Amino acid sequence: MYDVAIVGAGVTGAMTARELSKYNIKIALLEKCNDVAMGSTKANSGIVHAGFDAAEGSLMAKMNVKGCSMMAETCKKLNVPYKNNGSLVVAFSEEEMKHLDTLFERGVKNGVPDMKIISKDELLKMEPNLNPDVFGALYAPTAGIVCPYELTIAAAECAVKNGVEFIRNCEVKSAKTDDEKITLDTTQGEIEAKYVINAAGVFADDLARMLGDDTLHITARKGEYFLLDKSVGNTVSHTIFQCPSKMGKGILVAQTVDGNLLMGPTAEDIDDKSNVATTNSGLDTVKKFAAKSVPSVSARNAITSFSGLRAHADAHEFILGVSEKNPRLINAAGIESPGLSSAPAIAEYLSDTVKSVLSDIKIKENYDDTRKAPVRFRHMTDDERAELIKKNSSYGRIICRCETVTEGEIIDAIKAPAGARDVDGVKRRTRAGMGRCQGGFCGSKVVEILARELGCDINEITKFGGNSNILFDKTK
Amino acid sequence: MINYDLAVIGGGPAGMAAALKAKECGVEKIVILERAETLGGILEQCIHTGFGLHYFGEELSGPEYAAKFIDLVKETDIDVKVNTMVLSVSEDKTVTAVNTSDGLIKIQAKAVILAMGCRERPRGALQIAGTRASGIMTAGTAQKYVNIDGYMPGKKVVILGSGDIGLIMARRMTLEGAEVKVVCELMPFSGGLTRNIVQCLNDFNIPLRLSTTVIETHGKERLEGVTIAQVDDKLCPIPGTEEYIECDTLMLSVGLIPENELTKQAGISLDRITNGAIVNEMRETDCDGIFACGNVLQVHDLVDYVTLESQIAGEGAARYILGKDSGEKVYIKTVPENGVRYIVPQKVNIKSKEDIKLYFRVGAIYKNKKLTVEAGGKVISSKKKVKLAPGEMENVVIPSDVLASLGGTDTIKVRVED
Repeated sequence: MYDVAIVGAGVTGAMTARELSKYNIKIALLEKCNDVAMGSTKANSGIVHAGFDAAEGSLMAKMNVKGCSMMAETCKKLNVPYKNNGSLVVAFSEEEMKHLDTLFERGVKNGVPDMKIISKDELLKMEPNLNPDVFGALYAPTAGIVCPYELTIAAAECAVKNGVEFIRNCEVKSAKTDDEKITLDTTQGEIEAKYVINAAGVFADDLARMLGDDTLHITARKGEYFLLDKSVGNTVSHTIFQCPSKMGKGILVAQTVDGNLLMGPTAEDIDDKSNVATTNSGLDTVKKFAAKSVPSVSARNAITSFSGLRAHADAHEFILGVSEKNPRLINAAGIESPGLSSAPAIAEYLSDTVKSVLSDIKIKENYDDTRKAPVRFRHMTDDERAELIKKNSSYGRIICRCETVTEGEIIDAIKAPAGARDVDGVKRRTRAGMGRCQGGFCGSKVVEILARELGCDINEITKFGGNSNILFDKTK
Repeated sequence: MINYDLAVIGGGPAGMAAALKAKECGVEKIVILERAETLGGILEQCIHTGFGLHYFGEELSGPEYAAKFIDLVKETDIDVKVNTMVLSVSEDKTVTAVNTSDGLIKIQAKAVILAMGCRERPRGALQIAGTRASGIMTAGTAQKYVNIDGYMPGKKVVILGSGDIGLIMARRMTLEGAEVKVVCELMPFSGGLTRNIVQCLNDFNIPLRLSTTVIETHGKERLEGVTIAQVDDKLCPIPGTEEYIECDTLMLSVGLIPENELTKQAGISLDRITNGAIVNEMRETDCDGIFACGNVLQVHDLVDYVTLESQIAGEGAARYILGKDSGEKVYIKTVPENGVRYIVPQKVNIKSKEDIKLYFRVGAIYKNKKLTVEAGGKVISSKKKVKLAPGEMENVVIPSDVLASLGGTDTIKVRVED
């Protein structure tokens, strides 16, 4: 029996697993997909928000401001790229300028440091490619950018290294609670735990209901994006927001930590919680609104488009802590934006909750809260590269030519704790297939390496688990 | 640092032909750097026939065509480094590369020939809405799975784009027992060779739907179907023409892009239409001693033309290395006009003592038109053409005596006329 079973290996589940792995307790991290970071975590803006959006006094506001202040240090420990680039909410009218004042005041009350309302001139000096029709902006220097799945992968790796058991392809079918434990009936068999942390993203209400808590209601709110080529990555340096509406923070234009340009998301409530299809109308909306902020951005430079789902709770507030209906259920639900920004703070909050319910909980002596930096051949100097290949020749074979990813890095990604099991998993860990050709050349080589390292036939390799196989039978 | 007279980047048909020609012209130390395990480039997976009709006068498969050149390379003292990826080429002709046996290598060459080939346009660039299921791939990737790895990437196939690789794969998949439901082409004409439409589609009763595109993909894990729609003359989908087609595979054959990342890094100017380097008649780029040929310079439809172009580059590099190109040079521009999309080379030396062949493509289908060449304001030829198509590269010869009659401010223009 586990002390804690965390359901859902998104950024919330993985960061919480890492935080809890410092204690002398038995933890399982359950994920219904073939990899971590497969839900909302996989497809969002990757923004570390400063914290002026959420209502004053809300958990969302507290977690956001605290999480934002913790992010740089967390990323440093986990060797995840993080950039403190600051954000700008851009106003296009006098009325919107007034709205910036409201955001500013709310930010001050939430404890957001160093914000400034800046004039049109200052703004265009900071971001010369903005629409010249801007009136001004709210500048929040503490905002940043981080890659959400890299953070999650690193946190899961760190957690597993510290003893957390990661169980993939493990979907909870039903659950029952008795005086001592919760028993989860999963696609990987029965799993017992004293406490269950519900980090199931858009499915958090379904899981809570299985455990007798019907107070949650989560709506899947779709957001569609374009990812543009690195050649236009420097069009803006800060994250550019438009004035928010009740559906969210609107369509942003932002750099990613990898140097691409991202534009999106739309916001559309949908019924099917597994529907991540992009739509023509959604993508058109992204193009239209992104061009309002930055006229030069064009989908002609798009290398891909994608969509993700936000786990929107009715009250637009994080639901954190022990369920009122089931004392063995700890919810981490309604984690939509600023969920990524809040993740380090949410992990601490939930860890405190677990400490309050589990007796005899102590910090392990050998706990290591870091993750070793993965080899990144493309960022090395020629001397470092020469040295590396001498030690291990597999770093001398380039598999992905667009992103300069070596065979050695792909093998590392597969062998890592909670490592890659499919083509998309390799892609998220190494960037192989993420460049201009989108895996056209390296895809088949990645399939071969996966099959070799996992000891299976190449037609068993999938794109992202389940029935997403790439190859059928042998040819005639 | 290793010194070579000539470093050739890419060991496909372009790189091999260029290296062999340079050798023939007297260049001593030559190295070919190839990223794959063997020489041959993309020809190795093109097991269909149709190669070599122009150059060898016989019909060969891709590997057979490549083998002829691989054998010739083996007979020379040209060094070949396979499994070797070039990371950068600098203006001073230093080439940095890696492989598993030598580690990181730096080569100082007197001249460099860029012959890296091209890549296929991926899905992302097309902005097709829908799911990100498996089973969506470029035709070239599918070709590698079938012909090299020996696995079927699908059983019910829709092909978007009627480029040659798509047409070839329609036939290949059919022969392997898959059902190719339809080939959709956005344009009102196919971008592929006529012979491929006849031999790969018509002979197998595979429908080609022109002015039709894929607007949405369906299926959460493996692809389950696509929605296709007709497009209007602005290439926008026409509402009401949508049609669902069940399939597990969508193959894309929607264009090829020269792989010029190394070229750009070296600071070489590119042509906005070809996406290849701007070159002179010897295929020398605007960086002295760096040449380009084959699909990295312009996307060809026939390998035979790649070979011919690469021999020019090989000869040009040899002259450069051996100091034989010191004569007077006056470059004038070649200008594509009405109906002609681009011309390679983009500039020619009027002091050249040889005839110069210009290669170009038209932008649409033309029937019963004239191809007119004007040099220095005078029409020097006007040939009747029954059919001109974007899928088939054309060429015209500018005789040396015409070149000699031109001045430094003149241009050579090629256009389609009534």
